[in-house]
Amino acid sequence: MAGITRYGSYLPYNRLQRAAMGAGKGERAVASYDEDSVSMAVEAARDAVRGAGELGALVFATTSPPYAEKLNAATIAAALDLPRTVRALELGSSTRMGLGALLAGADAAAGGARALVVAADVVIGAPGGARESGGGDGAVAFVTGPDAESLARFVGRASATTEILDVWRLPSDPFAKQWEERFGAETLGPIAVDTATRALKSAGIGPADLRTVVLDGTNARAVALVPEALRLKPEQLADPLLAAVGRTGAAHAGLLLARALDRASAGDKVLVLCCADGCDAVVLEVTDRIASQRPAHAVDRWLGSKRNDLAYNTYLKWRGILPFEPPRRPEPERPAAPPMKRADHWKYGFVGSRCEKCSTGHLPPQRVCVKCGAVDQMREERFADTSCKVATYTLDHLAYTLQPPVVAAIVDYAGGGRLSCELTDVDPKEVAIGNELEMTFRRLYTGQGVHNYFWKARPKR
Amino acid sequence: MASKGIKDRVAIVGMGCTPFGEHWDKGADDLLVDAATDAYKSAKVDPDQVDAYWLGTMGSGVSGLMLSEALKLDYKPVTRLENMCATGSEAMRNAAYAVASGAYDLVMAIGVEKLKDSGYSGLTGSRPPSDGTDSSMTAPATFSLLAPAYAKKYGVDEATLKQVLARIAWKNHKNGAKNPKAQFRKEVPMDKICASPSVAGMLGIFDCSGVSDGSAAAILCRAEDAHKYTDHPIYLKALSFAAGPAEGYFSQDYDFTTFPEVVASSTDAYKQAGVTNPREQISMAEVHDCFTPTELVLMEDMGFSPRGQAWKDEQEGRFDLEGAQPVNPDGGLKSFGHPIGASGLRMMYEMWLQLRGEAGPRQIKNPKLGLTHNLGGAPGRCVSFVSIVGNSLG
Repeated sequence: MAGITRYGSYLPYNRLQRAAMGAGKGERAVASYDEDSVSMAVEAARDAVRGAGELGALVFATTSPPYAEKLNAATIAAALDLPRTVRALELGSSTRMGLGALLAGADAAAGGARALVVAADVVIGAPGGARESGGGDGAVAFVTGPDAESLARFVGRASATTEILDVWRLPSDPFAKQWEERFGAETLGPIAVDTATRALKSAGIGPADLRTVVLDGTNARAVALVPEALRLKPEQLADPLLAAVGRTGAAHAGLLLARALDRASAGDKVLVLCCADGCDAVVLEVTDRIASQRPAHAVDRWLGSKRNDLAYNTYLKWRGILPFEPPRRPEPERPAAPPMKRADHWKYGFVGSRCEKCSTGHLPPQRVCVKCGAVDQMREERFADTSCKVATYTLDHLAYTLQPPVVAAIVDYAGGGRLSCELTDVDPKEVAIGNELEMTFRRLYTGQGVHNYFWKARPKR
Repeated sequence: MASKGIKDRVAIVGMGCTPFGEHWDKGADDLLVDAATDAYKSAKVDPDQVDAYWLGTMGSGVSGLMLSEALKLDYKPVTRLENMCATGSEAMRNAAYAVASGAYDLVMAIGVEKLKDSGYSGLTGSRPPSDGTDSSMTAPATFSLLAPAYAKKYGVDEATLKQVLARIAWKNHKNGAKNPKAQFRKEVPMDKICASPSVAGMLGIFDCSGVSDGSAAAILCRAEDAHKYTDHPIYLKALSFAAGPAEGYFSQDYDFTTFPEVVASSTDAYKQAGVTNPREQISMAEVHDCFTPTELVLMEDMGFSPRGQAWKDEQEGRFDLEGAQPVNPDGGLKSFGHPIGASGLRMMYEMWLQLRGEAGPRQIKNPKLGLTHNLGGAPGRCVSFVSIVGNSLG
């Protein structure tokens, strides 16, 4: 038997108010210009892997992969400094694959491995459409492992796979389309009900035993048949976070599960259902480890940490939907493969070095110590979770950025070490010397068709 | 450290300098021909009399071939070198050692840059293939860090410091207005300087040196041969260079109020020249005012002002053209412009004019020792050059 042993979530800092899109009320979560599904996946996973033990597998699900062909999961593994022997699996093509990834993780755990399951999406739609305003950007991560480590055990499941033209997008198209909702509701609704029923049966419980029910899918009407059919009470239904976040694609079902776990008590039974191109449903039972194995960041913590004054045209520029006048600065050059490989511990893992002779920290790692001159007497040290602060900073109005001005800081690390680093998720007016920061994994830019990932610092969220 | 110097062993006997500015009608080779021709004329020599060349350029060409092809040299040695914004001085430094060694009798150091062909705002550098993690701070951003650090350390409120920085720009523009070769030749009022929108931090447009095209050249020989070319040579008393370990980018002890590289290079230069009190003994200086706070900090790093006092000295006009210790009498990088490969030699050109009484409306009375300072890189991670020159031996 297997279960979830750890988990984490991530919501980006920015929100776009629907009023700014001319699309009603509430707001949607928006990945910054320097974020993508991989960088958000890393952020969610950092909380999940803490204390989780050695991982044997990584499963990544997204419908917005940064590369159509190049293993995005490998970037996630490198940024988390996972063992190089980890088995990776990457899923896509349907937002149901986030839950599909969790089931794959459950299977890996039942087979004796610990698996990191991550789902993330940057959801865009044709401007003015429901997909754009109803979507959200976010990520969620779970570690699956043996019963003995679980904070929630897998106790039942059911699936259905359906050929249906509901949501679709060609690889060459930027925006997904959806057939009229009434058609989807008619076909997928009964499938959702049937899958939920079979999942409960496989768990040996009834609807009334469920503490929380997470319902997610591409078609709200289809999914709405489930509470009716199972006679669920309103208090059993998890808030789908559509008003405050939007549907975060492949991450959404898991994100709602994470929020349910944030509030769950030992003994709670949770049904998670995701209906898209069929249906996956899983039943979990929360254990008494829930109190001590929660992540550092609850979903509500990310929810409450935000900036929501984004302009719609800025959003469109960030997503590359709106072409605009470039600055008179050179286009960034693509990073080169051999230097990136040589520096992969530093670039992805944020691993610097510390002099064994005099303990001076170095970012990036060096062979020669800046303080005592010792050569090749360094040990590796990962600085990604090290406390840091602003030593000094400046607002650079000349540097090219999609969110001017660039906040360029000199960042000092607890225990020694210093780096010239860009700040992100920050209001330039609020930056001050001494501000406490944390490191965050970002996509700096894409140059000549190659994504350039590295780390920036942000005020603690 | 053994840095023995070659005081009074090398003389400059001819110099040339093109106007600096936006030369849409001149390529790098045109500028090289112009500056070299002026230098040959100044030394009253035929091109063939020059035995070897040192060509400084950061990004406007590669190989000595750039010069030999433009000048149609007769198979002479040409070294192409670069040391970021200190390139022009580096060309001179290497040429000086070569002629001092006796390997050559007459040499030329020449620097050139064509920054206006790229179409980009500000400096752009081309780098070798990288892992994509290098700091992307622009030059104004890196130097803008000096200002709040200085203000904080010495208890100067930021509004006052902003005035001090503006006055440095004002001073240099005022000097440039007297200089027919400068890029910007109009005085700029203080309020216009202060009103400029931010480029980075406290720095506005007028706090940043001009992006321009230009070339400058010097002809050098051993001191005992100087009389063959001119009755008024100038003599190199010191040449120093310091390349730093980038300590500022690794060590939390670095506070952005100083350039250790400048301290090291000026200390060495003073030792070579026998200068014990730079504030009193250095009559005039051309320093690397790429940005206004740079000039401020340099005054202290070079010992012209005590630590924490340069801002007062600037405010009181000590470094004005009419002041006790004129700094950047030709307008500096600020108003003369900064074609990277040429700047170090342009600085020496002003010392050449001043020490020979040829500086016209900018003439300083009876200067004894001049100093040029040239810096490349950023606060915390840079290279620094200092030279000291005079018009008499001893």
